Amino acid sequence: MSSGHHELTFTQKYIFSQDHKVIGTQYLTVGLIMAAIGGFLAYVFRYNLAFPGEPIPLFGELSPLEYNAFVTQHGAIMIFWVAMPILVAASGNYLIPLMLGTDDMAFPFLNMLSFWIFLLSAIVLLLAFVTPTGAAASGWTLYPPLSADAYVNKEPDFLTALFSGGTLIILALALEFASMLMGGINFVVTTFNKRAKGMKIWDMPIYIWFINLATIDFMFSVGPIIAGAFMLLMDRTVGTGFFDAYRGGDPILFQHMFWFFGHPEVYVLLFPSMGLVAEVISNFSRKALFGYKFMIKLSIFAVVLSVIVWAHHQFIAGIDPTMATFFSIGTIIISIPFAGVILSFFATLWGGNIKLELPMLWAIGFLALFLIGGLTGLYLGSDAFDIYAHDTYFVIAHFHYTLFPITFFGLFTGFYYWFPKFSGKMLSNTLGKLHFWLTFIFFSGVFFPLFFTGLLGQHRRINDYSAFDSLMTQDFQDTRIFATMCLIGLIGSQFIFLYNFINSLFNGAKAGRNPWESPTLEWQTVSPPPHGNFKVFPTVYRDAYDYESARDGKDFIPQNVQ
Amino acid sequence: MSSEVTYKPEWEQVPQGRLALWILIAGELMIFGGLVMGYLLSRVRFPEWGEQAAHTSTMWGAVNTVVLLTSSYFAVKAHDAAIKKDLKKVTTFMLSTIACGFMFLGVKSIEYTTEIHHGFTLPGTQVAATDPIGSTFWNYYYLMTGLHGVHVIVGMIILFVVWLKARKGINLQRVEAAGLYWHMVDLVWIFLFPLLYIAK
Repeated sequence: MSSGHHELTFTQKYIFSQDHKVIGTQYLTVGLIMAAIGGFLAYVFRYNLAFPGEPIPLFGELSPLEYNAFVTQHGAIMIFWVAMPILVAASGNYLIPLMLGTDDMAFPFLNMLSFWIFLLSAIVLLLAFVTPTGAAASGWTLYPPLSADAYVNKEPDFLTALFSGGTLIILALALEFASMLMGGINFVVTTFNKRAKGMKIWDMPIYIWFINLATIDFMFSVGPIIAGAFMLLMDRTVGTGFFDAYRGGDPILFQHMFWFFGHPEVYVLLFPSMGLVAEVISNFSRKALFGYKFMIKLSIFAVVLSVIVWAHHQFIAGIDPTMATFFSIGTIIISIPFAGVILSFFATLWGGNIKLELPMLWAIGFLALFLIGGLTGLYLGSDAFDIYAHDTYFVIAHFHYTLFPITFFGLFTGFYYWFPKFSGKMLSNTLGKLHFWLTFIFFSGVFFPLFFTGLLGQHRRINDYSAFDSLMTQDFQDTRIFATMCLIGLIGSQFIFLYNFINSLFNGAKAGRNPWESPTLEWQTVSPPPHGNFKVFPTVYRDAYDYESARDGKDFIPQNVQ
Repeated sequence: MSSEVTYKPEWEQVPQGRLALWILIAGELMIFGGLVMGYLLSRVRFPEWGEQAAHTSTMWGAVNTVVLLTSSYFAVKAHDAAIKKDLKKVTTFMLSTIACGFMFLGVKSIEYTTEIHHGFTLPGTQVAATDPIGSTFWNYYYLMTGLHGVHVIVGMIILFVVWLKARKGINLQRVEAAGLYWHMVDLVWIFLFPLLYIAK
């Protein structure tokens, strides 16, 4: 296949590339750079909480406004510029065509365009830091009236309003959504149309199912927030009153538009992450996934439910208590399909021939941490408890116990598993294990104490607790210092990963075609796959997890073997 | 693995463009859906909005509805001609569709001019002095019709770009895709017309 193409120049090959593997790598690179920025912001404001008023090493003094801006940007960056590009765009772009046994995405040009628009969105977001009024400081959820008015007079000067942090973050979000929509259309059309010969929908690896469900969930929920972003933009720049209660607007309307998208967004991130974990768990248990079809059907049910649970984020916003009960029940019901999926993972482990290789460690770490995040979500889903815990550190801890495993444990599960395919080299096992254990322990050290401080009443988004005597006791302050120290450890241990990554890229042991002995199609081509992926397009004869029928002294049969 | 490949997968025959467009349309409808829901919730709550809506021109709105419906008819005829590979008719009907788009935009600009002339501007500043709640009607009016107008322009550009090739008989399947998008633009207007013009 590859030799049939004409030679590509350097620019065509690595910069304006239409090859899905290069685009996936570009997304991963930008995502990791943004993760470093988001992590640095977290370090700065956590340091400020531990040692209020003291100058921060590598940064300096932190003003209260900057504290708010950093908290806002940390949230926005980590969700939209780290989790989205890495879990959805990078993994999807890299794996979908390979797993489906085809040469590229359905629309390679659109795919390239999607990455460049994404990069533009990241630049627009970061530009906000150098505007005179600084980056947006209204919280990552951008609730009006604060986000609609901040820094802008009632009769706004159009240009000042346009080049303020609060406007730039909306523009950046709009660009990011446009980019993800393009990528999403590509994913779904590719899955529909470009499967290898003989691959029926129930023969697809479960990751393909999950990434498509995520994409569909995203595309059907993102519309209202795009409308809401338009409205907020106009409120800020041309003086409309969509969210101005005095003028007949409704600030709560924005919250509805935001969370109608924002809650499904959690599942948009969870699905691809679970997909990566599922592939790894099946492989290193040397066992077919337990309840493959059942998990998929449960997940379709969850996608449908995901668009009618959003108001559990707004229990104290003044919504009708009757409606609050409805949303509480919906939220608790949606935990059933996800419990089903996670329990199926455990059932896959049960009786399996478990190999604790690096990817498997991360996958099990994901299960352990995500269980805590998921179960505390049940508490918060019930309005009776949420009204008490709302906007405390309990919510922060819960949120990070779901999204940290989803984003980073999912990322590392996938990364350690597919790195040999991606580079043709193996990663160092010792350094990988060190990275895993340090990340796991330090992460727990940062966020587990926050459940307790939250329940004791520590409110979020406050840069200095010295005005609250009951929150400024020695115990509280010790906990804050402990959490901050663990955060520094958490960030520091990522350098092990960085070293391992770069070192293995050049000096790693050679990985063959299929180092993990996996039956799925991406492992049946050479590592790294050439432009065009397969020399001969594979034909599929069996499902993706055939570990039952042993043959040729192996315990698995690749999908493309008759 | 053998040497060179000549195997061409079956999927190359499937109209990918149509599939992609249906997904795009679903996404677009959710954007307008969000706006329409936001508008409806306030409209039910505030009778003041009805008084403001009385200032929109039902007559021009109706003219535009007819124009758009006619253009959709042309789009269908163009698709029909593309299936029969009748290039002359493809040109006639695609250009007629674009012409209808221009007529629609012309009428819309007459409306906007009149409304702005009477003080019903986008921020609704003048209305807000006497009727702060009613002024938000104009925010929604301009946002919804404006966003729809942008879609009309985009649809016209798509039709034109597709026509440049289709008139020579290249990529005739794209005529259908362009038509699909145009019908979506038409459909949105079918919702906007009663909401903004008829309901007083």
